[in-house]
Amino acid sequence: MKPLKLIGLALGATLALSTAAFADDITIAVAGPMTGSESAFGRQMQNGAEMAIADLNAAGGVLGKKLALQVGDDACDPKQARSVAEKLAGSGIPFVAGHFCSSSSIPASEAYADSNVLQITPASTNPLFTERKLWNVARVCGRDDQQGLVAANYIAKNFKGKNIAILNDKTTYGKGLADETKKALNKAGVTEKMFESYNKGDKDFNAIVSRLKRENIDLVYVGGYHQEAGLILRQMRDQGLKTILMAGDAMNDKEFASITGPAAEGTLFTFGPEPRNKPTAKAIVDKFKAKNIDPEGYTLYTYAAIQVWSQAVKKANTTDAKKVMDTIKAGEWDTVLGKLGFDAKGDIKQIDYVVYKWDAKGGYAELGGKGS
Amino acid sequence: MDYFAQQLINGLVLGSIYGLIAIGYTMVYGIVGMINFAHGDVFMIGGFIALISFLVLVSVGLTAVPVILLIVLLVSMAITALYGWTIERIAYRPLRHSFRLAPMLSAIGMSFVLTNFSQVSQGARVKPVPPIITGGYTLHEGDSGFVVQLSNVQIVVVITTIVLLGLFTWLVSRTRLGRDMRACEQDQTMAALLGVDVDRTISMTFVIGAALAAVAGMMYLLYYGLVDFFMGFVAGIKAFTAAVLGGIGSLPGAMLGGLAIGLIETFWSAYFSVEYKDVAAFSILIVVLIFMPTGLLGRPEVEKV
Repeated sequence: MKPLKLIGLALGATLALSTAAFADDITIAVAGPMTGSESAFGRQMQNGAEMAIADLNAAGGVLGKKLALQVGDDACDPKQARSVAEKLAGSGIPFVAGHFCSSSSIPASEAYADSNVLQITPASTNPLFTERKLWNVARVCGRDDQQGLVAANYIAKNFKGKNIAILNDKTTYGKGLADETKKALNKAGVTEKMFESYNKGDKDFNAIVSRLKRENIDLVYVGGYHQEAGLILRQMRDQGLKTILMAGDAMNDKEFASITGPAAEGTLFTFGPEPRNKPTAKAIVDKFKAKNIDPEGYTLYTYAAIQVWSQAVKKANTTDAKKVMDTIKAGEWDTVLGKLGFDAKGDIKQIDYVVYKWDAKGGYAELGGKGS
Repeated sequence: MDYFAQQLINGLVLGSIYGLIAIGYTMVYGIVGMINFAHGDVFMIGGFIALISFLVLVSVGLTAVPVILLIVLLVSMAITALYGWTIERIAYRPLRHSFRLAPMLSAIGMSFVLTNFSQVSQGARVKPVPPIITGGYTLHEGDSGFVVQLSNVQIVVVITTIVLLGLFTWLVSRTRLGRDMRACEQDQTMAALLGVDVDRTISMTFVIGAALAAVAGMMYLLYYGLVDFFMGFVAGIKAFTAAVLGGIGSLPGAMLGGLAIGLIETFWSAYFSVEYKDVAAFSILIVVLIFMPTGLLGRPEVEKV
């Protein structure tokens, strides 16, 4: 028994040493799907966070201290998100930029609220995230009720009298977005011909594709993530369907095109106006390009989330989450995405979604805007 | 009718892939009486090896699709078979005379090892490939404009499955190795007394099962165009269900079970709701097992005295 205790002591001592080494730093975290089918987006977030921290440290850090980054992996799994959140909260960090999937951000936010951690999500668009009256949450992206409305308006305008189908993957994000789109579509006087759900993680959508074919669907709206949407598209083309696929913001990674191949051409999705083209982002985008990283999708959103937090910390002169959150909601912040202000719930005030289109070469561009 | 035909094609192709994996479960169960829970992951390894060898062949400048497919098929079968052999050698053989559950637990452990091994070595991201076999045939154009489409990939998947099934049925029923396998299935001690190398026969069973899983992995890669490190789990569960439904231990049963699961899933999605397709497949499994406890083609187990 005695040697065992000694070993335990020794282990404890080394652990204490390793954290002591960082005692002078402020550690913040980025959390998202670093593994699993959504890992493309986890990588976007990590890239954004690493660049933000490097830039802040180069400018002298915050409150005279350097920032350090901890990475949490939730694999877009609600259970894992909750346990990662508890682990991060337990290590005493003041701020998390995360998570990606709405179904992860929502359970995680409760753990953060209990432990006095501020959470800004760069990507979770489900309205529920900020609708639960939690004091510690904010987001730098839009909401699915806004996103669904933009999608619905586009469909109602360009696919008038055509056959519309709506699919969703039963996740918080996918189902939420599909419901919002359906609601807005019905309000605009368009009734969908088919409303179905599938399982996230499925690979075989041939049965559902044949159904779309039987119903002569002209446009299928998918509330879901890029992998399943890519497979649906590929299997539609294999079965000889010309149906156009439209989806939400989870389509903005080039991985989508590597799943579909040239079939991606013509696919539509909604997302905020191209952040890479904003004048406020130019210098940062060049920095990413120099490192051979394309800051697509939510990379710059993650960067902006950390910018908002760091500026509020400087202004509040503390890292205490409650005070920082009050400061964030009271002010306006200069970020790579432009000026951002927050309402009492934690949603940003300036929101606009636009429709993007994939081209045959594996890139996408705003409709009527410049390409990437 | 056209719609039915299209869904039938969808179901048969899906079922073929399930069936190919299910054969590996059923062969191992027939001979050593254990469920090889790592088999789904062997299938995943097969998919990865097919992907890697495909990328290597393309990067050395090979462009003839049939040649590429043949080489990829042989390479992935060979290397995955080596995995199968190694797994049996290090994880199952030392436990063969231990208590009954030991090899099964070891199999679950092996499944974790393989999943994490490919996650660490290949990365956690989904690995897509561009469509390799493209094109297809329009079989029939209905009055309503509904087109029954059969793609070339689907033809390749089904033909490969039929050829392999024929080949392995022949192997088990007509060759020396097949005779040894059937002997071991009946009574290992007696087979050993009569000069059958039991260890070698069991090893060969794992090798063959893994080679078939590799074919399934490659077909999966061709058909769906992507592999990832956790795809073995769901596919493994489905194939295991197929093996049980068909009657575990029976080779044609596994194929039949695979086709049945594929068709049930597809037709349920086609005529009812996509949401409940797995519920439908497993409910039918339960109903079948209530009335036919040994599965569709299984033989009742005879207690050996």
